Amino acid sequence: MVLFLVGCGFAVLGGVIALLVNGSKPARWIATIGVWIGCGLASIPVISALGDQAPHPVQWAWSMPGGSLSFALDGLSAFFCLPILLVSPLAALYGVGYLAGHARSLKAVLFFYNVLVASMLMLVATRNGLLFLVVWEIMAISSFFLVIFDDEHAHVRRAGWTYLVATHIGTAALLAMFALLGAGADSLDFTALAAMGRSLTMATVLFALAVIGFGSKAGFFALHVWLPQAHPAAPSHVSALMSGVMIKTGIYGLLRVLTLLGAPSAGWGWTLVIVGLSSGILGVAFALAQHDIKRLLAYHSVENIGIITLGLGAGVLGLSWGQPVLIMLGFGGGILHVLNHAVFKSLLFFGAGAVAHSTGLRDIDHLGGLLKRMRWTGLTFLVASAAICGLPPFNGFVSEFLIYVAAFSGLHAATPGTVVLAIGILTGLALIGGLAAACFAKAFGMVFLGEPRSDHAGGAHEVGPTMRWPMMALAVACLAIGLLAPLAVRGVLPAVAVVAGGDPGALLEAAGGAIRGLTGVVYTSVTLLLVTGGLLLFRRLLPRGKQQTETGTWDCGYARPTPRMQYTASSFAQPLVDLFRTLLGTRKRGTAVRGFFPPRATFETDTPDAAHERLFVPLFRSIDRLVAPIRRMQHGRVHEYLLYIAATLVLLLLFWKAPIR
Amino acid sequence: MTSHLNWGLPLAAWLLSPAILGIINRVKAFFAGRKGPSLWQPYYDLFKLLRKGSVYSRSTSGILRAAPPVILACMAICTTMLPWGTIESPVSFVGDVILLAYLLGLARFATVLAALDTGSSFEGMGASREVQYAALAEPSFFLGMLVLVLHSGFQGLSGILSGISAHTGHGGGLLLLLVAGSWFVLLLTENSRIPIDDPNTHLELTMIHEVMVLDYSGPDLAYILYAAALKLWIFSALIVNLIFPLHSLPWWLQIPAFLLGMALVAVLVGVVESILARLRLLQIPKILIGSATLSLVALIVKWMG
Repeated sequence: MVLFLVGCGFAVLGGVIALLVNGSKPARWIATIGVWIGCGLASIPVISALGDQAPHPVQWAWSMPGGSLSFALDGLSAFFCLPILLVSPLAALYGVGYLAGHARSLKAVLFFYNVLVASMLMLVATRNGLLFLVVWEIMAISSFFLVIFDDEHAHVRRAGWTYLVATHIGTAALLAMFALLGAGADSLDFTALAAMGRSLTMATVLFALAVIGFGSKAGFFALHVWLPQAHPAAPSHVSALMSGVMIKTGIYGLLRVLTLLGAPSAGWGWTLVIVGLSSGILGVAFALAQHDIKRLLAYHSVENIGIITLGLGAGVLGLSWGQPVLIMLGFGGGILHVLNHAVFKSLLFFGAGAVAHSTGLRDIDHLGGLLKRMRWTGLTFLVASAAICGLPPFNGFVSEFLIYVAAFSGLHAATPGTVVLAIGILTGLALIGGLAAACFAKAFGMVFLGEPRSDHAGGAHEVGPTMRWPMMALAVACLAIGLLAPLAVRGVLPAVAVVAGGDPGALLEAAGGAIRGLTGVVYTSVTLLLVTGGLLLFRRLLPRGKQQTETGTWDCGYARPTPRMQYTASSFAQPLVDLFRTLLGTRKRGTAVRGFFPPRATFETDTPDAAHERLFVPLFRSIDRLVAPIRRMQHGRVHEYLLYIAATLVLLLLFWKAPIR
Repeated sequence: MTSHLNWGLPLAAWLLSPAILGIINRVKAFFAGRKGPSLWQPYYDLFKLLRKGSVYSRSTSGILRAAPPVILACMAICTTMLPWGTIESPVSFVGDVILLAYLLGLARFATVLAALDTGSSFEGMGASREVQYAALAEPSFFLGMLVLVLHSGFQGLSGILSGISAHTGHGGGLLLLLVAGSWFVLLLTENSRIPIDDPNTHLELTMIHEVMVLDYSGPDLAYILYAAALKLWIFSALIVNLIFPLHSLPWWLQIPAFLLGMALVAVLVGVVESILARLRLLQIPKILIGSATLSLVALIVKWMG
């Protein structure tokens, strides 16, 4: 356990040295080496915890009331360490190349990146409520400073502000939750909190606070407003880390609090299922309507958090119905999707960053034809696109398969609850999968295929090795997890055992059918690869297999097709966007085409975030109106401020000494 | 019981699937008062294409070239999961239906990307339509599967389908008809048949699937056409297993009965194509949601009965 904390220390140390070093290049390398050493050291206890050798928990006294410096690694913590340990070093390495051209001082971004990595690692190992909140806040603040790296742009400052407000609404809910959790206890240690008995009403209030608090970090729909603003604003390796890894600490927190609350009620499970379905479907629908590739990816994070939450909801329902298959496969699928999403989403953000780095563009409608110019970026982006759509043989399919099997297997009870759950999961996942495929056909197809739609895209070049290698490593991970699926299910078992509080043996038995199914999937996937290879070879062996003529795209007889005649991303997505128009509220502006020789016409679509526009903007505006009178107290006259302070002190003294206490 | 002999089923599918297209064309010719091409015409076309060279667009990358083998491999593997009555498929495991649906998805993803690879606006249009209808068709497929699983328990596709007709009761019969009706709409959609799409139209602007493969030639086109024939076979086989009472027959009679059923489904597709006009593209989402509703009704029937 100490080794784990030493690892976190090394990451911070790397950041501190990077602050002191002069020169951009040594600073970048030192910070990265700090992350690599730190994650390397921390991975030793994590791997042993995933086996059967949980490291000894440590606990030191802390002068804060109710607090203690207590850390431990169980199956759940160790599993959530995996995405952090995998993505952080790769993103740091990617950052070395990505940040190279920047004229600004990199000290802040390097330092806070390392602090963010260390704080995420410590967060999942913390075993005390107060310490959890402190680490949570360090994580929020350090990521805030990473988001506002490019702070000379107004939209970046606005994104940072939105993120700061959103994360603190979450923290406020968590503060209330831990205060209620610890009411009547002398310590906020998780073991003490878990041992307390609670009424169901109390537990439900705590659960609701946890959903709001952790949901604002994870990006549940309506609480997700900061994601589509912050991810495009932050540097790409930071987006990758935040979207791939940091938002999962919200999922971790939710699961950890579930272990503290005692037996869950079915209502909690349904809440999670509904949150999951709405985040999943709305997330991908909004993604379809986006033009900015990083904003599109941010909405896909909302979608994937939805899939994860759907799995967790099935697991909670399994707990309350006493169905081991639902428990194992629901929680298992959800938790495994946490790792899978970390792998492919980081890879997608790396790819988007490489495209932006090489062309200076993020607007999909201005890109095109990049696969021929950036071969490795394109191929790895293709792998990640297939993985995020849940297509075999990649990793996304494995976790979605588990959730599907959970829904189907739950049917053997044939109660109304299981049937409704199965309808929700099956239609929901199928619809999400279909829409995600549409969205990534658009994202990959329009950015990497066809002809370049602008000169910037035409002049693109492949990125350097420090950016290329992390992408290739993650693409290999996508395929590896897909082909080692049965092992992955066993790997997630310790984490499920912690959440479900059950015996791992019984859980493994419940997963038996799914593991056999996944073995079949793996054999079929390997066959698929072999047959594809065989057919490629067969085509070459045909009598005229090597006879290839090159010509222009036929396009039904156009003599001089130009790149501007290509279908655009916006037109590609338009039918589906129109189908969801009541939810999306897409705005269209343009001039109509008139006459036989029409003058220059324009057309523009814009899909602002519905939750931001319709919920939070009016909400904050009315709060603003409500508190406007108080603003008169803030006038800049220092002597009156001093009077406020004196008055407050006198009031507090009275309160302290008064007999009413 | 699976043995090596069960591989005869996919082998038959691989050999006979182009004939399904031949039957459809003959039925359409009959309705139009023409003599029509030979039943074996699809085979002649495939062999002719395999002997040709290829023409590729300069705009394309490797995606266009890699897609046909991927698509054909997906379809060929899907056929190995289909039972014929109580004769089990050679590949069967828990959750194979999920893999089946996602392999079809992978094939579609490859087709769509290959279409976008050419940079042609017509192919982009087709791709855009394809992904839209597919996103609506998939929930319908899974809803139908949900009804069947509720009926016969969750296992491999062979188990699910053989459990179904073994005790087709009064309510059960209606149930299967509703699911089969829902899946028949999927068959027409997924295989780009009238009234959803017209495989023989001369107007690229209105096509869905055919326009996406405009830039293919030679062996690649042969792969694509053969994969389309296999896809039609997959959906027809699902429907035949649902509505033909194969399970009451001895196993050696099930084989000709299954083939007869496949021919009848092909005739049905041909009749539908001959007597219906194409729908406007804007109507297709409604048809697909209607197909999902059929399965939902089946679910309620199952629940009440």
